[in-house]
Amino acid sequence: MNRRKFVRRSALAAFAGLIGTDIVFGAKMTEGYVPLGAQDPDPFDLFDKDPEMVLLNDKPWNMEARAHLLDDSITPNKYMFIRNNGIVPEQNEVSDWKLTVDGESVKQQKSYSLSDLKSRFAPHTYQLTLECGGNGRAEFDPPAKGNQWTIGAVSCAQWTGVRLRDVLEDVGIKNDAVYIGYHGADLHLTRDPNKEPISRGVPMSKALQDETLIAFQMNGKDIPLVHGHPLRLVAGGWPASVSGKWLKRISVRNKVHDGEKMEGSSYRMPCEPIAPGEVISDDDMCIIESMPVKSLITHPKSGAMLAKGKTMDIRGHAWAGELEVGKMEYSIDFGATWKPCSLEKPVNRLAWQRFSANIAFPKKGYYEIWAKATDTKGLSQPMILPGWNPKGYLNNACHRIAVKIT
Amino acid sequence: MASQKKFWQWSRGTYRFLIVLCASVLIISIIMFYKYGDELHWDAKEKDTYIETPENDTERIENGIHLRTGLKEGVGLTETINNCTTCHSAKLVTQNRMDRERWTATIRWMQKTQNLWDLGPNEEIIVNYLVTNYPPGKKGRRENLDNVEWYELKN
Ligand code: HEC
Repeated sequence: MNRRKFVRRSALAAFAGLIGTDIVFGAKMTEGYVPLGAQDPDPFDLFDKDPEMVLLNDKPWNMEARAHLLDDSITPNKYMFIRNNGIVPEQNEVSDWKLTVDGESVKQQKSYSLSDLKSRFAPHTYQLTLECGGNGRAEFDPPAKGNQWTIGAVSCAQWTGVRLRDVLEDVGIKNDAVYIGYHGADLHLTRDPNKEPISRGVPMSKALQDETLIAFQMNGKDIPLVHGHPLRLVAGGWPASVSGKWLKRISVRNKVHDGEKMEGSSYRMPCEPIAPGEVISDDDMCIIESMPVKSLITHPKSGAMLAKGKTMDIRGHAWAGELEVGKMEYSIDFGATWKPCSLEKPVNRLAWQRFSANIAFPKKGYYEIWAKATDTKGLSQPMILPGWNPKGYLNNACHRIAVKIT
Repeated sequence: MASQKKFWQWSRGTYRFLIVLCASVLIISIIMFYKYGDELHWDAKEKDTYIETPENDTERIENGIHLRTGLKEGVGLTETINNCTTCHSAKLVTQNRMDRERWTATIRWMQKTQNLWDLGPNEEIIVNYLVTNYPPGKKGRRENLDNVEWYELKN
């Protein structure tokens, strides 16, 4: 037995330890061969996703849209990005699903069945922008680690559920409540039952907003399994990682929630800006709250060729985290001049906004159409990459598409 | 009395012999197993399993890519497959580009927070593999738009 095989055996032993059973004939297994039980089927079929979606990772599942797929006002499931940190729970039976509210700052611990939630609290529906904190990570230099999202980890679906606030009021919250943290039914990648893949949360001020929902429907139907069925916490405008899927438990904390991926460099930015690549201590990192202003040209698809003399209709969406977008502009000369787009109001707070424009080009040739949104506080999208950070969060640099006039 | 003592001496000798014999058999078989363990076929069933493992298909390397995982061919590929593709798929590795310091920091982070085991002497082999095959490239503050698929726009 050579060293390589010894390595293989040790790895198998470790793997067997992880999944808690012996792998029969493990020693003869090919290097790194994944036992059949661990293989997964076609994710596009499995999750009802359009084949044009881009698969970034198959374990855990991570998939993003492309700009032109996000043209609908309300994002349908087939174009909604998937960001999973662990293993999707298996669910055949949800009739006995319970949501428990606990923590240091509840007056009493209380549990609700799905029908309790639906019958005892008023339903509300909002269209909510959910963007992964790491959307745009792929552009950072030096490269930031994690899934290399380009532009497609954003969606704006319609969510229906009950207000978290109404449920918290029913439970009774003490005055020292600071934060809520969620706990889901997903498994850590190692299947270690004592480890949560992710357990994040929001401060009470965000938890108590009208639009912060315990949702049971997406786009008028049961939430698809991969997006959190049967219950999902949905807090629009913040990194989508606070919108916990497969929601089992909400803890009302008397301190900042300290669950998995609340600490270290996860979903945190340098409190004070650092140079690209600079090493920074975890103590100097601050939790991301609202997402920054951003926009996406969803029509036409990049690569459009148009005959000279014709004009081009463009459209897309703009959003600004907790805020609204106040102004939308485009440029066909790399920012030398900006022209206004028409911009619609959001259907509700925290929903993205439609923009459109009609563009005339002065002569034949290669152009890029750049789009720039400005929020109601006057902050705009930068044309180049914003501040570098270890995990490549919050890249809200202007989106652009290539066009040719022929 | 005398015959009893004689019997006792005789049986002590026999036991000693048996102990030495057992110990040597054990040591020899451990050595044999270590040296030839992989060539031994324990039974017909295992032989079948061996033949059926997808060594020929999915473990194939084509154009420098290990087909099943998508990892690049290179020194340390086996160690990397064995240690880096059990929790998550290799896609999480191949998507990333880091220097030695940051690959090592990523391993430390997984060891601290994600149940990754001590890699022992394999750590150096794996980090060398990662830095050689997945080093950071220069992107600057904004890259050109590439891979544009041109098409005629119909209004
Ligand atoms: C014991 C389980 C386990 C093993 C083995 C493992 N990882 Fe990971 N790794 C994780 C988990 C869990 C994550 C987080 C996944 C996520 O957030 O999607 C992760 C994330 C990563 C990331 C992204 C880092 C980030 O900050 O998001 C990289 C790169 C990575 N692993 C590389 C490796 C390499 C290289 C090896 C082999 C030395 C390895 N992994 C082995 C559990 C493991």
